[in-house]
Amino acid sequence: MGLQLSSNRREFLRHAGLTLGSTLLRTPFARAANINPKKKLVVVTFGGGARDQETFAPEGQENIPHMMRKLLPGATFFTQVVNRGILGHYVATASLATGVYETINNFASLPPENPTVFEYYRKDLKRPSSDAWVVAPSNGFNRIGESNHRSYGLGFGARVVLPKYLLKAAMSGSGADYQHLLRDNYENPYYTPELGNREFELQQLEMVLKLSATDFRAHAKTLSSPDELSLYIVRQLIRQVSPSFLWITMHDIDVAHAGAYSLYIEGIRRTDRLCGELWTLLESEPEYSGKTTLVVLPDFGRDADEDAGGNGFQHHRTGDAAARTTWLMAMGPGIREGVVHDRAVESVDLVPTLGTMLGFSPSFAHGKPISELV
Amino acid sequence: MLPSELKSDDFRAYPPEARKLAVDSLSALRRLPLSFLPNLLRELIEYDDKFPAERVALEKELANLASLSDSHVAELFGDFSRITLSPKLERTDWVNSPAQFVEQLSANLWITHQVDAFRVAATKYADHLSGAVAAEPPPIPRLGITVIGEGVMSSDIPLFRKLRPYGTYFSRVKPENGLRLLCEVVGARAKAHPVPYGHWYVDGGGPAGHDSALTTISYDELTPIREALLNRIHSETERPGMGPEALRSIMAQIQPAELGMTRDGDRVLQRFQVKLLTEGSGTQVFSTSFVQWTAREALRRAQPLTLLVRFAPRQRQKPMNELLSANPNQPELDVAGSLMDADMGAYYNWLNQQRLPGAEKSCFLVWFEGHHSALAIGPSLPRQTESESEADLAKLLSWLL
Repeated sequence: MGLQLSSNRREFLRHAGLTLGSTLLRTPFARAANINPKKKLVVVTFGGGARDQETFAPEGQENIPHMMRKLLPGATFFTQVVNRGILGHYVATASLATGVYETINNFASLPPENPTVFEYYRKDLKRPSSDAWVVAPSNGFNRIGESNHRSYGLGFGARVVLPKYLLKAAMSGSGADYQHLLRDNYENPYYTPELGNREFELQQLEMVLKLSATDFRAHAKTLSSPDELSLYIVRQLIRQVSPSFLWITMHDIDVAHAGAYSLYIEGIRRTDRLCGELWTLLESEPEYSGKTTLVVLPDFGRDADEDAGGNGFQHHRTGDAAARTTWLMAMGPGIREGVVHDRAVESVDLVPTLGTMLGFSPSFAHGKPISELV
Repeated sequence: MLPSELKSDDFRAYPPEARKLAVDSLSALRRLPLSFLPNLLRELIEYDDKFPAERVALEKELANLASLSDSHVAELFGDFSRITLSPKLERTDWVNSPAQFVEQLSANLWITHQVDAFRVAATKYADHLSGAVAAEPPPIPRLGITVIGEGVMSSDIPLFRKLRPYGTYFSRVKPENGLRLLCEVVGARAKAHPVPYGHWYVDGGGPAGHDSALTTISYDELTPIREALLNRIHSETERPGMGPEALRSIMAQIQPAELGMTRDGDRVLQRFQVKLLTEGSGTQVFSTSFVQWTAREALRRAQPLTLLVRFAPRQRQKPMNELLSANPNQPELDVAGSLMDADMGAYYNWLNQQRLPGAEKSCFLVWFEGHHSALAIGPSLPRQTESESEADLAKLLSWLL
């Protein structure tokens, strides 16, 4: 496939005062970091679906002040991350988590077909189930933590927390005050999440997160979006459980499907702020400070304005270069600070990279470790 | 069934004019691969309800297909022929339900990683078609006008940023009677160049006074239709077993009369309006999304000579179940957000206008309603320029046209 972008990717972060990575030697610190048994890993998908031109391209940088000022100077940044798979949020996130372009139905409640990064991590490193967590929006994502692969699967996955399920379980009565936090799939907006097992959700809330339903409801009332709710849960998880591997899927940005550009931009700005708050949190928690690798990347982009087959930012249906090409930011111990790499990597390279970083073998993943990060 | 097995009788359920066109083109249709043909039939089956520009384009496309030699067809559609379809897909009733077939085909292409091959094949065919079937230049240069910012007292949002490289920014526009002047200009064009569905006025609120020669669509006037649709969606989603795909199929089959449109109305325009609401995303709940999508579809399908588009404030974002409930109460408006929506919408209106024949002579004006800012794009005006000339909108249009 001949992916072509209209703008020179090296223009991507002009004026940001960063160095182009291709001119630099690899750091010797990266390998040393791999042997740190207390190393933590946090992956954030900056979703769902954000274009370069509203994020790290020059005209979009005004929308991401927290990442530009707070995260980027300490990060290694890749300007071309190509997703050659299906551009649906659940299946694309599953592909990110398995290192294989999954083909499962985006709108069905199905597990990934290939082992997830959580299964490799837990099985290879003999980690307990409390050490790998996923915080995700509800639609479909309840199966993201564990594949149905015969060599892995049952019992090896991550524990998945779905904040909207928790809120639904904690709500009493109609819950009218919380409906804004229960927004779900923006591609099929007529359906809202169904609650599976209220007792399980309440148990998760009280036993694991140490939150009473009353306190949870009271705090949720002060939040403005589902992703804010997710970050609140992440904060509790970090403080109460301190998992070594945490995967957070953001989704507010996908409100773009409603066609209102201001809401799409508002979603990006909120997600940017939440990423900044997350990094502050990680730096302030002793269990995480100085030993956490943070990786942030969108699941994919959105259609280009210039593609007549789409309607610009609104959808991600054309499969054009703007919809397939996005970025990745990584920061933490052993990762070079303030470096930009312009070469193309693929979405499926994430899992092999994390494997090399943490010392597990993602044997079924199709991608390759990103050499500049390991 | 494969396309090579098509018979005249297979089109017996098509509307009369579509049936005749299909039967007349039967030998051409039989030569096309299944990965392509339903896309064409999806357009053909709606021939009776299409705008004149679409009908002409479809007739020319079919004539061109009929004129090609067998070897040329094999070469042109070779990439389509190499796309593998599932047996389940081949067994569907693609003649009578081509839209459903195309939807399933799309899912199949993604799952089998053939979507890029399909894009390549489609691009090759589109290039061939644009070269083989000469687009008719418009009888007069097209004029697109977009009015944004209704109800905004002041704003520090830098407007027209995406359009400025292509035109002249005017900072001292006299706003008095601006909308009336614009309506007069487009009305005069409609009278001077009477073309069916050639001159449009789309409004995100209630329409301002305008000439009856204009094809007019307004968000407010469609309120009863939107509410009927939202009620229908609500009742369908309550039914057990109803899922997104089934709902989409139901919405695609909704007829204008089911939503309360009169049977003696303009059938083509009514069908267009229903599609805006059933196929557009967000058009049912946000007036800014409705206006942008309407302008896009009007330009793509009707190819108007004149298009006046006025954005109005949309309702504030609320939970989707509240947005989808037909609510008689006056909704709270998001005026600032709507200005941002409309500013982007203006850019998309210009982009979509520039995709039509005669783009090199087309003219475009965007005005911040009630304010002194406007931007004009056309062959007579310099690009990336600012002007402090004082002028009302009629004068500004006279410089542009």
